[in-house]
Formats: sequence, C-alpha cells, structure tokens
Amino acid sequence: MRLEKREAPSAAMLWVAPLLAAAASVLLTGLLFAALRVNPLAALRLLYIDPLANANGVAELALKMTPLLLCALGIAIGGRANVWNIGAEGQFTMGAVAGGGIALVLGPGGGWYVLPLVLAGGIAGGMAWAAIPAALRVGANAHEILTTLMLNYVAQDILSWLVHGPWRDPQGFNFPQSKTFADAATLPTLWGTRLTPIFFVALLAAPCAWLLLQHTSAGYRLRVAGLAPAAARYAGFSASGTVWLSLLISGGLAGLAGIAEVSGPIGQLLPTVSPGYGYAAIIVAFLGRLEPFGIVVASALMALLYLGADGLQMHLQLPLSLTGTLQGMLLFLLLAADVLVANRIVWRRAP
Amino acid sequence: MPDSPPPPPQAATPLLAVIGLSKRFGAVMANADVALSVMKGEIHALLGENGAGKSTLVKMIYGLVEPDGGRIEWEGREVRIPDPNAARALGIGMVFQHFSQFETLTVAENIALGLGGREMPDALAPRIRETAARYGLAVDPNRHVFHLSVGERQRVEILRCLMQAPQLLILDEPTSVLTPQEAQSLFTVLRRLAAEGCAILYIGHKLEEIRTLCHTATVLRAGRVAGTCDPRLVSPMELATMMVGSELVQPRRRTHKPGRVVLTVNDLTLEPGDAHGIPLQGVRFELRAGEILGIAGVAGNGQKELLAALSGERLSRPSAIRLGAEAIGALGPVARRRAGLGFIPEERLGRGAVAELSLAENSMLTRLASPVVAGGLVRRGAARALAKRLIERFKVRAAGVGASAGSLSGGNMQKFIVGRELDARPLVLLAAHPTWGVDVGATIAIRQALLDLAAAGAGIVVVSEDLAELFEIADRIAVLSSGRLGEAVALSQLTLEAVGLQMTGHATAECLDAA
Repeated sequence: MRLEKREAPSAAMLWVAPLLAAAASVLLTGLLFAALRVNPLAALRLLYIDPLANANGVAELALKMTPLLLCALGIAIGGRANVWNIGAEGQFTMGAVAGGGIALVLGPGGGWYVLPLVLAGGIAGGMAWAAIPAALRVGANAHEILTTLMLNYVAQDILSWLVHGPWRDPQGFNFPQSKTFADAATLPTLWGTRLTPIFFVALLAAPCAWLLLQHTSAGYRLRVAGLAPAAARYAGFSASGTVWLSLLISGGLAGLAGIAEVSGPIGQLLPTVSPGYGYAAIIVAFLGRLEPFGIVVASALMALLYLGADGLQMHLQLPLSLTGTLQGMLLFLLLAADVLVANRIVWRRAP
Repeated sequence: MPDSPPPPPQAATPLLAVIGLSKRFGAVMANADVALSVMKGEIHALLGENGAGKSTLVKMIYGLVEPDGGRIEWEGREVRIPDPNAARALGIGMVFQHFSQFETLTVAENIALGLGGREMPDALAPRIRETAARYGLAVDPNRHVFHLSVGERQRVEILRCLMQAPQLLILDEPTSVLTPQEAQSLFTVLRRLAAEGCAILYIGHKLEEIRTLCHTATVLRAGRVAGTCDPRLVSPMELATMMVGSELVQPRRRTHKPGRVVLTVNDLTLEPGDAHGIPLQGVRFELRAGEILGIAGVAGNGQKELLAALSGERLSRPSAIRLGAEAIGALGPVARRRAGLGFIPEERLGRGAVAELSLAENSMLTRLASPVVAGGLVRRGAARALAKRLIERFKVRAAGVGASAGSLSGGNMQKFIVGRELDARPLVLLAAHPTWGVDVGATIAIRQALLDLAAAGAGIVVVSEDLAELFEIADRIAVLSSGRLGEAVALSQLTLEAVGLQMTGHATAECLDAA
C-alpha cells in the first residue's frame, strides 16, 4: 500500500475527509473510554446523544455554538487571505473586557441604549486587540501567528488584573469577580432557556461571510491574496489592506463572541471568561474547510463535544481535560485524513 | 553554415534505445509508444511543442518518472531505471531547465553536494578546475553562486554532470537563459563532448540552433513520435510544421508610423528591492504610439526591477514615468491601469493568473471595475461574459469559463492573459517575455496580437531574452545591462551579433556616451 499524488485535488474527498475524521474520532474515543475502564457505549451515548435529549439541551448546544461559530468565521476569512489569526481567544477576552467595562461604568439604570453600547464596545475591543498584530505585521513584518498567540496571554493577564483589582466587586466576599451587570446591559434570553439572540446573529454571520468572500470585490482580493500573493501584487491589491481587513473582521467577530458570553450566560467578568473557545474555533474553522457553511456544521459538532464532556465529567467523574483531548484528536485525524485530498491510496504488491 | 557539426561515429548498437515507451497521467497520454535511439557521440535533438511529452520522456530516461509500458535499453541490454541514482550509475547526466542551486554556497560546495556529499569541496576544487579547463568552461570553484549569472550557473550544472564522466548528457532547453555568445560557447563545449564519444540528448525550441548543432532530431507531437529527421537537411518551416501538425502562418508586420509620445521614462533610478537585485541607474526612453520597443538583455540585469517600476509594483519619483502627459511614477498598479497601462507579467501561474481560480475569476484579476464590479459586488454574469469573450477572441483552448487556470496548458494560459490585457485597450502595454516557454502555435498568435495592438495605435514595450522574437516584432531595440539601458536603435541599423555583444556588457560604455 502506498500513496500516489492525484492529478488534481479531489473535490469529493475535500468533504469526505472531515466525515472520515469524525468517524475515526468516535472509534478512537470509544477505545479511550475502554482504556479508562468505562463502558464505551454508555460513555459515547453520554457524549454525543444525551446532550440533545431535550429542548433545553438543544438551547445549550446553540449557546455553546455561538462563540465557536463567530470566532471560526473570523479565522476562516483570515485563513482564506493567508492571514492566520491564532488570537481569537485574546480578542474574545478583550471584547468581554471592553464591553463589560462599559456595562460596569454605566452601572444600574440607563435605558435601551446601554445594550447596543455594550455590544459595540465588545466588537471594538476585539478589533482593537487584533489591530495590534495587524500594525505589527504591516509595519514591522512580525508574523501574525506569533503575535496573535502571544497577545492571548496578555489579554488574559489584563482581565485577571482587572477582576483582582480595580473592577473587583466590593460586596463579592473578596472573590476575584466584577459586579453582575445591570439588566439593561444584559442580553435577553429566549424561551426560558439561557439562549440569547446573538445565536441568530452568529447564524446570520455565516451567509454574510460567504457573501463577502464569494460575491464582493473585497472578498475576491482577500482570496487572491491568500492563493497567490504575487498575483495580488501584480493586480495592485494592497497587501497591508488585506492584513488589516481580515484581522479587523476576525477580531470584531471574536470580540462580539466575548461580550455575548459575559453579558449573556455569565453576567459578569470572571478571571477566565472562555473555556478555550478561541482555540477550539481554529479546529472548527479547519473542520469546516474555511467555508462558512461548513463551519456552521463544524461548530455544532464542537459544541456537542463541549456539552458531552461536561456530562462525562458529571456522570462518570472523568477529568475535564478530556475535552481538550477529544478536540485535539479530531484536529489531528482531520489533518491525517486531508492527505487523501491530494493523494490516493494505491494497493499493490511490492516490486 | 560556418560550423556545422562533425559526423557522428557510427556504431552498431545504440547507446540508448527507447522502445514503445508509454506513460499516462490521468486522462492525458503523455507518451504513447515512443521510440528513440541515440548513438555514441551523437547530438540528438528532441523537439516538440509544450505538452508534447518531451519532459516526460527524458524524466523516464533519467528515472524520475516510472513508465507504464515499453522498455529502455542501454548498450543493447534492457535496463530498469527506478531513480536518478540508477541513471547516474549507468552514466546518464541531466541539466535541468530550472535547476536549483544553493545560492549562499560556493561552486565547489554545490558540486560536492550534487555528487552525493561524499567528497569534501576543497578536495574537489582542483578536479573541478581541471575539468573546467578541459572543456573551456570558465568557472571558479571558490565563487559563491549568488554572484554568478544564469549562464555561469548553468556551466556549474554542466560541470557537475561532467565530473561523473557521463556517457549520455541530457539538456533541457539550455539556451533559454543564454545570450547568443554564451549559447555559441555552450555549443562548442557540446561539440567537443560529442567528439569524445559522449551522446547528447538536447531538448530545444529554437529551430535554427538545432539545425546548426544536432545530427538527428526526433519530433514529438501529442505524446507520439511525429517524425525523425536530419535537421540539417530540412528547413525550419518543415520542422515547425512537423511539430505543430499543420501549416503555420507567420505573423505579418504592419507598416510602422510612429505617433505622439505615449510613455516617457526620464532618469529612473531605483535601489534594488532585495539583496541580490540590480539597481536601476538613470534609465530613460521614449515610446511613441504605434511603436514596439524591444528591451533586450540577459536575465538578472535589472529587467525585474524595470518591470516593477513601470508596472507600479514599485514606486518612484512622480515625473520619472509619464503616461502621455500624466506623471504616474508615484501611482500604484490600479491607478496606472486606470490611466491606460496594461501589463503582461513573466510568470503566468501565480502572478498573471491564479491557478486555483476559474477563468471567469481570473478574467477580473486586472479588470476589477465596471462592468464586472458594481457597488462593491462582483457581477458573476459579467465576469463569465468577459472570460467567454477572451476565450473566443483569442482561441484559448479550455473546458469553459469554469475551468481552473491551472488546468490550461502554458500557451493557452498565456493567450488568455495576453487577451485579458489587450481587451482592456491599453494606451501602453508592457509585455515581459510574452512567449517564454510557449509553443509555436501560441507564439505566433501572441506576436500577431501584439503587432495588431500596435497597429491600432498603442505603444508596446517588450522585455525579452529571445532576440529572435525582438527582431521579429520590435521597431527599436535597447539593451539593458547592469541596470543601465542603452540607447534604443532602429531595427534597420542593428545586427543580432551587435545586440548580443551589448547584452554581455561590452558596449555599454559607448551606449552611455551616445545617450
């Protein structure tokens, strides 16, 4: 058995590979459970089926999907332009900090204008945080993969310092957390669940991203820059414009995800506001093939993993780090399955 | 013909015989039942259009591609050549068209690596000198490769092969990067090698060259042998017809009536963009409407920099470049295009077109304005209509407007790009190596399209290393050497040899005096 290069990448395999990866990941997860001495079938049921057993479960899935979808769409738009934003986690955090800061400053009271201000603050916070690597890339040729990643830790430290220091709730029994946000600064919930309207904003963002990439001249420039930088230079598309546009969109979407989380289900600022959504979204973006509609499906799958792993932790006392293991497995299996897009397997006897 | 090749010594068994060799890539039959035999001491030409299967054939002989059927015989015995090491062990050496060397290493170090890295460069140096002297290849083993011109680098590649005392040397379009003088000295080396009994398989495009150098020519067409002949006994037209399979119509020259000045370059000076680049020094010329100005020169003498400065990828003083009366030196490519400048870049895929995108999407690469774009949105229908028009008007062979650019042959892709730039009706067109690596049929079509554009009143600057091309279509020719542009001289006052001499830098001083 050996690999032979295909004449052209297989279009069918482009979409079969993620399914193969998902199937292989279910199989390996089962083996992992067996190794942990739990009944694999029961555990797989807890992981993949039980979270969706009732309406509330579906709402929770949609709630978890929201930040993953928003961050992954931004990462994918950048990815198509060959600008790699590894910093969605930090932009998410800074979105929560900026929007949350506005909520705290405005305090109780205030009218209808508070929530839009808070959300706009979140988007601006994410954009501002993404503007730093954009400026560094354009001005100093510092690669965004490194700078965005490093800024994640800085963002986390800023949040941590704020909730341990200036923004700590005086009535909070010395816990490192802010006051809870006023009602005017909090997102409404739907149907008696924790789901907020931002889910639908995220769903709408997918066709918008598709429209941007496929049907606008700006999206065309991004794709040309990503596929063939020399062609973009020849055509006269601005290289720095590409970096700015993709990082600002990416940062804005991650910032929105961050503020939606703290002014939604969390309701205040905590030392950590993301269980790694910004990193998981990188996996989601690749799993969805950097295509907006693929990312909708992939983010649902990833959200299910988050929920299921919570269930495993509660019912079977398995460690939470299992979430990361399952995510990592999925990404590696996808990368492995991707070999089949450009290559085919040939079975033949050794010569 | 002053130096026609000596007759090859006759031997009973051929050194290399290829019998019924076939190779299929997907739906494409790259080689079908190809037969070829090369005698000791014979210079054997392999001719054919792009995509005719020349590269596949020599790659099978050199062990880079495994044949699907047929056999290879070496000195009468059947052999299997699974990889280039096996080919080298038999005594086959190959000089690639786009060879790769380590630029930061010396000649000796590069050769040592090419020989498998078992011998130390210092120990090799005397042997390199000795071999170089024996064949008249002037190469200093201690020079770093990045100092060397393309021609010198090619000599290093040939030396690397000669160090292994090959019995068969394969050269893939070796003169595509050389000046006429360099090409002549290459031929001297090849003739000497052949006289010593080494066989040479020579892939080429330039028919005149093959007629002076080679004893036998095998012509491939669409993967099959179209014929074998003695190139000295047939006319270039007959050879070309054999390659293309139909009668060729040569481009027709127009009567040239220069109009007003459309492009003025005045004292253009530019620092190089990278460490190995060439600075442009006081380049100046004028281009008139209806005129084709040829800029000759060996690659690496500032062509890349001059093209970047003219196209707007690099900016300069506003008044250094004027399009009509407008100072465009400080404008970027989009603004210059709007002002009426068109540009055909030297690389087709990755620069002039994006391989992964469809022809419809590639048609808008330089046309991202009305009617293709309205209100920031791309009008797919308009892009498809544009691509369809280009395909029809310039006879691009493609599966349709949805076909990816990467699926086209080089010649068809180039016709598409040339068509896209011509269709924009530029006031001034820059064309960089417009027919480089393009087959005979497409070459004629592209040259005719350029001539027609000039006849319609546009000014054209053609930068090319192919002197025959410049002599065919240009009205005036200037030589670019070491970042300085000589004076443009009317074609009637020039000879191929004089331009070739200037390209090697000999006449630069006189040109500067004259300017």
